[in-house]
Amino acid sequence: MAETKTIEIECLRYHPGTDSEPRYQAYQVPFTEDMSVLQGLQYIKDHLDGSLTFRWSCRMAVCGSCGMMLNGIPQLSCHAFLRDYHPGRLRVDPLNHFPIMRDLAIDQTDFLRKLATVKPYIFPGEQKTPAQGEFLQTPGQMDDYYQYSQCINCLLCYAACPQYGLNPEFTGPAALALLHRYNADSRDAGTPERMEVVNAEDGVWGCTLVSYCSEVCPKGVDPARAINQNKINSTKDYFFRFLTPRGGK
Amino acid sequence: MGKPKTYLRPMTGWWRRNPFYRSYMIREFSSVLVTVYALILLFGLYRLFQGQAAFDAWRAALATPGSILFHLLVLAAFFYHAWTWFEIMPKTMPFIRLGGRRVPDNAIVASGAAAAVALSILLFGLVWWVTR
Repeated sequence: MAETKTIEIECLRYHPGTDSEPRYQAYQVPFTEDMSVLQGLQYIKDHLDGSLTFRWSCRMAVCGSCGMMLNGIPQLSCHAFLRDYHPGRLRVDPLNHFPIMRDLAIDQTDFLRKLATVKPYIFPGEQKTPAQGEFLQTPGQMDDYYQYSQCINCLLCYAACPQYGLNPEFTGPAALALLHRYNADSRDAGTPERMEVVNAEDGVWGCTLVSYCSEVCPKGVDPARAINQNKINSTKDYFFRFLTPRGGK
Repeated sequence: MGKPKTYLRPMTGWWRRNPFYRSYMIREFSSVLVTVYALILLFGLYRLFQGQAAFDAWRAALATPGSILFHLLVLAAFFYHAWTWFEIMPKTMPFIRLGGRRVPDNAIVASGAAAAVALSILLFGLVWWVTR
């Protein structure tokens, strides 16, 4: 039997039906060396307070549901261990910059709407039937976008981005990284379809390269790079519109 | 179903909440000091146009202890600004490949910083040689 210690976990609580603003509630949680923060929260829900609300699913940093602020840093709660916060106290907040629905669950509607605007799917340049074969790609061409395709939509990057907090209209890191993931794919011909989102004031130009998004990403995606490369593409697009008869298309 | 009631937390004091944001704000503020320095130099050019007496007065103003202290502060800001500029440089460029391999980010940062140091030494040497 592994040694059990106790840690104080302080959670932000907000009940839309009864609270006018959020408050903190502290719990004493027994834990073992191998317990994640998510397991600590599950202990609270199972044994101390069944009303604590939070999202989770896979427990293995794949689904992107359990993002939270752990002592002020955006992290997947399944990807952080209670032992690393002991003997100190752990404060858990819902992801920054998003409206709180209840306790640690935020409203992701805004992101889901933005995700649809970047058209995150391949527009094939030429139509092919399966009989005509696959769209081929070299390892080098795959390397151009592979890292960006690892996004799990966990929204840690939005919680890390002060520009998104200050201006919720900003398209934001994950959506723009996914936009670039498709633009950078050699099989895709949809770049012109996505330039309007790139060029907008709230597109890539809403970014001031704080680059904390890339720092907190649990999957090694580099949204700051995707966005800032596209400032070059947006500038080119702007000038080519004047220089070419067909308006850069 | 109506839109559920939610609570949006205020952003007040956001940059004080995280060391990463603090260094970002210092990086951005250092560009203000760099601008002020450029304006002082530009003003010197304007004084030069006005004649030798005006230019000498400008140079005398630069030699006061307050001015020297300010310039030391700006020098420190310049170093910080230059370093952070190179530090984020890889984020602003597409992947570069040499001989089929992707150039690592730290190599881009290091070569940028090394080029800045080399050019600064060259420029310093050149001015030294011209004014000796």
